[in-house]
Amino acid sequence: MNKQSRYYEKITHIIFTIICFAWVYPFLWMVFTSFKTEEEMFAGGLRLLPSHFNFGNFIRAWEQANFSIYFWNTVIVTVVGVLITIFLTSTSGYTLGRYNFPGKKFFIGTVMVMMFMPKGYTIIPTFELIRQLGLLDSLAGVILAQVGGVNTMGVLLFMGAFSQIPKELEEVAKLDGASYPRIFWQIMLPMVKPIIATVSIFQFMSSWNDFFTPLVFTLGKPNLRTLGVGMYSFIGEHSTDWVGMAAAASISLIPIIIVYMCLQRYFIEGIAGAVKG
Amino acid sequence: MENNKSLGKQIWKNRWNYLFLAPTIILFTMFTIYPVIASWVISFYNWNGMEPLNDFVGASNFIKVATDPGFWKAFKNSFIYMLGVVPIQLSLSLIAAIFLNNPKLKGSTVYRTLLFLPVVTTTAVVGIIMAFIFGTYNGVINELLLATRLIKQPVNWLGSANTAMAIIITVGIWKTFGYNLIYWLAGLQSIPGELYEAAKVDGASSRQQFRYITVPLLKPIAIIIILLAIIGSLNVFDLVKVMTGGGPAYATDVVATYIYRYAFSTEKGIPRLGFASAAGVFYGVTTMLIAIIQGALMKNANRERADYQL
Repeated sequence: MNKQSRYYEKITHIIFTIICFAWVYPFLWMVFTSFKTEEEMFAGGLRLLPSHFNFGNFIRAWEQANFSIYFWNTVIVTVVGVLITIFLTSTSGYTLGRYNFPGKKFFIGTVMVMMFMPKGYTIIPTFELIRQLGLLDSLAGVILAQVGGVNTMGVLLFMGAFSQIPKELEEVAKLDGASYPRIFWQIMLPMVKPIIATVSIFQFMSSWNDFFTPLVFTLGKPNLRTLGVGMYSFIGEHSTDWVGMAAAASISLIPIIIVYMCLQRYFIEGIAGAVKG
Repeated sequence: MENNKSLGKQIWKNRWNYLFLAPTIILFTMFTIYPVIASWVISFYNWNGMEPLNDFVGASNFIKVATDPGFWKAFKNSFIYMLGVVPIQLSLSLIAAIFLNNPKLKGSTVYRTLLFLPVVTTTAVVGIIMAFIFGTYNGVINELLLATRLIKQPVNWLGSANTAMAIIITVGIWKTFGYNLIYWLAGLQSIPGELYEAAKVDGASSRQQFRYITVPLLKPIAIIIILLAIIGSLNVFDLVKVMTGGGPAYATDVVATYIYRYAFSTEKGIPRLGFASAAGVFYGVTTMLIAIIQGALMKNANRERADYQL
């Protein structure tokens, strides 16, 4: 019996190892191809590893193909997007989770209705709105289009977390003369750190990986492209430079893969928590 | 009068709450409520985005959408993609989750981490990588199949109408598999272990345990997982846009790429924003109706089964 179950365990490990190798193979292929020369890539057949590591493709992608610009654009869009989202969702989640006031139910109701309403093609009016605000030729426009709609799930997560904190805490603080924003900033916000992490990770992923919004907003504006859009236009403009393409893809994906590997527990717990709640 | 005064007082008392909520309300109104309403309004106009919105055409955009064979082809393709991705992905991820949920299996965190990896990566970039891996010449898949003599000549996977959609579906399954794996794991972990212990004591086989414990207890979360998977796959855009652009000859054109072509691409001439909005609204309403019907059917099936078991 015991011997048999150990045997099954071994088989499970073998199967999962094969599957996982196939699963991450595209990323291995991408990274190793980035170090190959053009000739090696064409002659190499199925060989995964490069004969030696050369960084020429990275330099070409970074400097000539403007991936330095795309990279920093993506960093700005992502960091500012996460900060704005945390600010909006935590402040609104705080008032909605802890206080009753006229209009609260109406607001929550509206948010719910908007969540389930068929959206149509909202990028068109959003584009018009950004144009009228005069932000069309700036990263600010891209950021607003991405996060301006407010991450509703984030609001709900903060609302739930803040409503769990016992009332006594802020009553004591109030007696000590702490003001409303100070109670929020110094007492309440530090108590919901896990939610801050979850919402940040979600927003980080969606901002870093967004393709549609920056695609629409940077049509004809190469200087505002983010990595995904830059990659897409790269294959249009340099369709023969395969190794350069692989290097560009590595520049786009390696940062998020590193962040994920370091914080993988939070990623997975955050995703799991979202469907449970 | 009395009432007004107390309302005013209440608002003043809650001034901090309103101040904290104000940025969210303002932005939510501007970037969620307004665009949704405006996209409905625009769908009743003939508009190219440059002139003022004044050419009201009634329902004619909707009639044009509903009578365009190109739209229905894209509509059909969206559903083919969904039907290709969802059942396979959900069943495979459930099987993987059952294995990885075994606490005795060492290293299951490593497998989980690797299987989730595609989810965190940029779809647009990954799609391009995949287009190379499935490339006709020097593509890894063709090289592998040629080396093992399964094919004699390189296959143009993404360039032929017969295989392009199957490849996109395969990549789609791979890309979002991790989400469902984690969802299923969360669902499995919410089932109390004592139930299985008790079943074992009663001599239930592992198949019986799955059938009478796992399946019924997973059902509530399964409904959510299925709905999320369906909605996500019906709105696929990035993957199709970068891998085939809807080609060859619109064989992989889905509704999102179809609409994009009319709204933003130059290949159809002057932008037809009213028409594009009408297609978006039409598709949004259709998919919502399907979700509602499906939700109702599943609830019904649940209830019938519950009655039967009683």
